[in-house]
Amino acid sequence: MSRLSIRNLDVSLEGQKILSDVSFDISSGRLVGLIGPNGAGKSILLKSILGVIDKNAGEITLDGRDISYWPLKHRARKISYAAQGAPVHWPLTVGHLVSLGRIPHLSPWQSTTHEDQILTLEAMKKTNVEHLSMRITTSLSGGERARVMLARAIVTEAEFLLADEPIESLDPYHQIQILNILKELTKNGHGVLLIIHDLNFAQKYCDELILLDKGKIVASGKPSDVLSDKNLQKTYKIKARRFDKDGDNFIIADKLLNSE
Amino acid sequence: MAIKVFPYRNFNIALIIGLVMISFLSLFIGSVSLSPSEVIAGLFGQGTHAISVIIIDLRLPRVLMGILAGATLGLSGASLQGMLRNPLADPGIIGVTSTSALGAVIAIYFGLSSIFPAAIQLMAIFGALVSTAILVLISMRDSSVLTLILAGIGISSLSTAAISLTMNFAPNPMTLQDMIMWMLGSLENRTISDISISLPFILLGWSLHLGISKGLDASSLGDDTARSLGIDTKRMQLQIILGSALSVGAVVAACGAIGFVGLVVPHIVRRLIGYAPGRLLLPSALLGSILLISADLLTRLPFGYGQLRLGVVTAIIGAPMFLYIVYKTRKEMR
Repeated sequence: MSRLSIRNLDVSLEGQKILSDVSFDISSGRLVGLIGPNGAGKSILLKSILGVIDKNAGEITLDGRDISYWPLKHRARKISYAAQGAPVHWPLTVGHLVSLGRIPHLSPWQSTTHEDQILTLEAMKKTNVEHLSMRITTSLSGGERARVMLARAIVTEAEFLLADEPIESLDPYHQIQILNILKELTKNGHGVLLIIHDLNFAQKYCDELILLDKGKIVASGKPSDVLSDKNLQKTYKIKARRFDKDGDNFIIADKLLNSE
Repeated sequence: MAIKVFPYRNFNIALIIGLVMISFLSLFIGSVSLSPSEVIAGLFGQGTHAISVIIIDLRLPRVLMGILAGATLGLSGASLQGMLRNPLADPGIIGVTSTSALGAVIAIYFGLSSIFPAAIQLMAIFGALVSTAILVLISMRDSSVLTLILAGIGISSLSTAAISLTMNFAPNPMTLQDMIMWMLGSLENRTISDISISLPFILLGWSLHLGISKGLDASSLGDDTARSLGIDTKRMQLQIILGSALSVGAVVAACGAIGFVGLVVPHIVRRLIGYAPGRLLLPSALLGSILLISADLLTRLPFGYGQLRLGVVTAIIGAPMFLYIVYKTRKEMR
């Protein structure tokens, strides 16, 4: 079983401390939700794990070794990433874009194989974008584009997936569809770290939650414990109302704390 | 919106056939008309001395230089546009063309070629290396695409101003005329020794482009995603900057400043085989050669002989073509 461990991670950007003493693990088969208010440092944390942003202190270990020990290509085969906002700078076709997720498995000279093409098609089917295969990405809606990007991240077949707000621009149908796909990935042994703002989806789908605020972990563990009234007030500055229905607990952000 | 494109392999084969045909045609056309048998005899050194001189010493170097220069400009245009994620990028935008031109203009100003025959070429290559060194230093500190573009524009503006200043102080009208003619670009009177000075730099520049196509495709999704796909984006940027600077510098050294090929060719290729930047490299190099040899042919036709300059022809063909493509692809590029 693979494990991605983050220990006492400190990250500063332009002299400003963004992350401080962050420690947690992502194991195979777990869906870990990363929640917290805007500007808490969630996306920076994902980029630090990827090695896109340098850390100032702490350790990020993959399979027991510091992440910098592994060559970039090996890391890419182990950890895939779905970026926030999904920028695409050239109007590539959807099929080609999704197939880029196979790059970590190919040498610089190698073309995609028949197997790569089959995996690409399967990933597109999973996220319900196979009918868009010949469309160009710049003509897609925000929701379609987000699903295409997730297909691109899935097709790598990495053990870990870091997904930065993958359901943000989606309608409820596709939000649930994407969360089901992520859940299924964990059942197949993948570890997923998901940045999510919807607290109800977070507690329904995630095995554990990490609540980040001002670059520090405020709480982590079981969703019901992390999403306590006290934590929500402390981090989001909101008063929430809760109710139970059919065995599920629902949270509604009701009031701003400072509006009383 | 869906895209219809030509199959990649067939497209490249068609371009190779086109390049061979236009290169061969280029051996026939000039102020002296030659029959196919005379051209073939000249190529194998079997014709008269005059035919042999025309083919081996005049026309063949011109065609070879056209192939090398066109391929370099097309290739570096495609790689720079892909790397900078900017359809307006070309070798000019990173400042290489202008610093190289500045080197050559300084050599002409001081009449260095009378002291050392290859002085203009060497000064042009030196100019390209100076801008490359500046860009490499910048990209090692900050790999943002915007910083590179802005640095390139800065270098380019400074060199253009220095070229104008040097021309202003030209010691006599003949030197000024030489500078102007050189700035307009030409394949005329190129010799095998001119090619041999530039060839190592051109080949080195091309070789730095090897193996970058997947990285270019991945960088379409932004640097962070490209890195997450295992691409060393910083190394790729260095490869492209160095590769373009060395090869384009060597081309400017041999043929003068030839505009528009690097800018226009990738746009034409995109229209025909799709937008994936990594797939544009080879066909852009081939089409660049075809376009440059065709433009050179126009300068040799009776109406253009001695009047039309290569850089002017590439701009006359390239600019309207570019405007047409920009108009046709305006929706896709949004």
